[in-house]
Amino acid sequence: MIILKAEDITAGYTEVDILHDVHIRVRSGEIVSVIGPNGAGKSTLLKTIFGILKPRNGNVTLKDEDITGLKPDRIVRKGISYVPQVDNVFPSLTIQENLEMGAFIRDDDYSQRLDEVYDLFPILRERSKQKVGQLSGGQRQMVAMGRALMLDPQVLLLDEPSAGLAPVLVSMIFEKIKEVNATGVAMIIVEQNAREALKMAHHGYVLAMGKNVLDDKGEAVLANEEIARLYLGG
Amino acid sequence: MEIWGIIAYLVSFAIMAGIYAVFCLGLNIQWGYTGLFNIGIAGFFCIGAYASAMITTPKPTGLYAHYVRQIFGLNLPFIIGLLGAAVICGIVAFLIGIPTLRLGEDYLAISTIGIAETFRLIFNNEHWLANGPRGLMGLPQPFQDLVDPKHYNYIYLIIILIIVVIVYLSIEKAIRSPWGRVLRAIREDEVSAAMSGKDIFHFKMQSLIFGAMIMGIGGALYAHYTKAISPDVFTPLYGTFIIWVMLMAGGSGNNKGAVLGAYVIWLIWIGTKFMTDLLPYTLKARAPYIRFLLIGILLEIILIYRPRGLLGEEKKVSKLVD
Amino acid sequence: MAELVIYGIVLGSIISLGAIGLTLVYGIIRFANFAHGDFLTAGAYSALFMATVVLSWIGIPDSNFGSLSFGWRMAIAFPFSMAAVGCVAIVLDRVLYRKLRQKGSGPVLFAMSSLGAAFIIRMIIFILWGADSLFYKPGMLRPALELPLGIKIRPDQILMLLVVLFLITTLHFFLQKTKMGKAMRATADNMELALISGIDTERIITWTWGIGGALAAAGGILYGIDVQLHPHMGWNFLIPLFAATILGTIGNMYGALIGGLTIGIAQQVSTAFLLPTYKPAVAFIIMILILLIRPEGIFGGSSR
Repeated sequence: MIILKAEDITAGYTEVDILHDVHIRVRSGEIVSVIGPNGAGKSTLLKTIFGILKPRNGNVTLKDEDITGLKPDRIVRKGISYVPQVDNVFPSLTIQENLEMGAFIRDDDYSQRLDEVYDLFPILRERSKQKVGQLSGGQRQMVAMGRALMLDPQVLLLDEPSAGLAPVLVSMIFEKIKEVNATGVAMIIVEQNAREALKMAHHGYVLAMGKNVLDDKGEAVLANEEIARLYLGG
Repeated sequence: MEIWGIIAYLVSFAIMAGIYAVFCLGLNIQWGYTGLFNIGIAGFFCIGAYASAMITTPKPTGLYAHYVRQIFGLNLPFIIGLLGAAVICGIVAFLIGIPTLRLGEDYLAISTIGIAETFRLIFNNEHWLANGPRGLMGLPQPFQDLVDPKHYNYIYLIIILIIVVIVYLSIEKAIRSPWGRVLRAIREDEVSAAMSGKDIFHFKMQSLIFGAMIMGIGGALYAHYTKAISPDVFTPLYGTFIIWVMLMAGGSGNNKGAVLGAYVIWLIWIGTKFMTDLLPYTLKARAPYIRFLLIGILLEIILIYRPRGLLGEEKKVSKLVD
Repeated sequence: MAELVIYGIVLGSIISLGAIGLTLVYGIIRFANFAHGDFLTAGAYSALFMATVVLSWIGIPDSNFGSLSFGWRMAIAFPFSMAAVGCVAIVLDRVLYRKLRQKGSGPVLFAMSSLGAAFIIRMIIFILWGADSLFYKPGMLRPALELPLGIKIRPDQILMLLVVLFLITTLHFFLQKTKMGKAMRATADNMELALISGIDTERIITWTWGIGGALAAAGGILYGIDVQLHPHMGWNFLIPLFAATILGTIGNMYGALIGGLTIGIAQQVSTAFLLPTYKPAVAFIIMILILLIRPEGIFGGSSR
């Protein structure tokens, strides 16, 4: 069942458009990976879905509800969470406080959810009172994801989760992503690390110059020779 | 009321507004063209006025020296006073700029407030410098022997207008030059300007100095108009704030706007005097505060509803969010 | 010299109150609030109004607590004045700064607007109370206590230090333990991420202004109790406030406390060889030195 879709999205930060008639569809519980060269508009797509950017054209639909142009604080209440690529934690707050901020809009008792998130990232539980600014890159990334998961979102948007991480941490993060997905969260992952991103994806989208180039099952995109030549060289 | 009385009134209006126009032009270089947030105009006002005063008066001697103390007195002509004021302000601007220009906008602003206040404190407390709180009096006026003192203002008005035109034309020329283009690039986007290889610091410094020199001329013009200056003239209100309101009202980034803003706001300022003259006696003492309150509110209205002023350009805002 | 240091601590604690509010506003909203000094003035005069007009009208007696120079009137007027100025700060935000935010104005327009607000507040005070210096209790003798170690301090001043300590401790708990406090710290760290997490940043901004204004008001009232009231009193504090904030690193509450005490002591000690009117200049020189040597302040340089 398609849980989130964006159609005919044309968007940009200034008068110049970055995305041209882009579409993407996510089924419930799916991992959708978006790959493509730098400047293709992958991050812009996430920002448009999450309401940080208002599209000039097109619409975004969550289940049957049109959420186009809603601001992030409304979108997050509908069940979509977003992890930016950089500046994705509160450095002077502790791990626990970062997670609490993730649950800010909740008025109820979320201690069970907190436990679940700590179960996903046990190392965070050990260090829950440490300031996040002092953590390593991999741990920070886990805090970033944990914060976004506190609201039990239906869809999680991840912008280059492996960026800046050492290779061993990259595999660790991808493992964590699969674990999170196993709990039923659908995800859109924008990644530079195209190979790994496609390996775990149910569905893959290739974006270039702000346009859809190809979308197919994850392994089909991975096997596509031309894509491999153009985008999977690294 | 007699026609000559009205004309005399208009002449003194035009002179004061013209003096403020010079300040606005100077501020426009710093802020309008380069984006330097200088809240210490009163400091340059003060230094320019005192510099010219002391250049054009003789050092007190004999009995007189008991009543008036000043650190130097050169007794030179008015024009030297003007130029001297400009040069000294330029040097002061250079010294101020060295520590402060590398700071961000906010820090520069706070620093300029501090500098202006510090100058005022020094002039007020160090009597040996320029007679402390009593200030300097009896400042000479150019060509004052040519006419009856009653009619002198006409001459001064001509001098003011000539200087305003000269300053205006010089700035216009400078702004249209390659130097001016770099300044505008810095104001729009300092990061890109820096990346294009220009030494941002030097350009900002030149802009600061140029603007300060013009403000120095303004200070000198003021001193020779009022013939007496003291530290309490150069307050944040009269010496800085009102000039900002003038420039924002007229249109920052536009020299015509700078001059227009000076005249318009000074007109409004005089207008508020007529309004408060109608106040009952008990409130009369509060009149200057009521007038400044109105000017302050006017500034806020301008900032919210028409930040580009009367003649300013529409600034392009790149909106990341919808 | 010891007396100068003691009084420097008293003065410094007043500066700290203002600096803490300023650093919160600067750190969370990224706003150099040039009206902050005048919040101090507004607090002092609002307490004067309440203590002399409102409370006498209600019928609260004008007595003193023991050897202190104030009594119930001030004790009641104090918190109400803090709240009043907190509201003034919030109203300024709603009427002026929010509109600028919505238009995407640059930081200089905010600073300019706050400069305008500073003058507006000051002019209103001039209009209502005139230009003379006023006192909460005119003509009161305020003898100093002699404590061990030859320390001379007035009972008023001891209470002032306690009040400052109380306010700072309360703020600490608020920021560390309450949801809103944590959200304020989060917004100071990363406003965009706060928005992404669903935090209502406009509410955060409102709280920040309220707390900042209230603390500044408290500082102004304490100064009025200790010295006198004058419409320029807050403006004369503006440079010391900014110096303390910058010294203690913008956004850092404890830095603002240390910065305030440092500036206060430095200013007082300077009177041993400079005229007291130069105190703002002393604060200014210190500020320039910090900006040249270590602009990020004592606690700066980390995770911003």
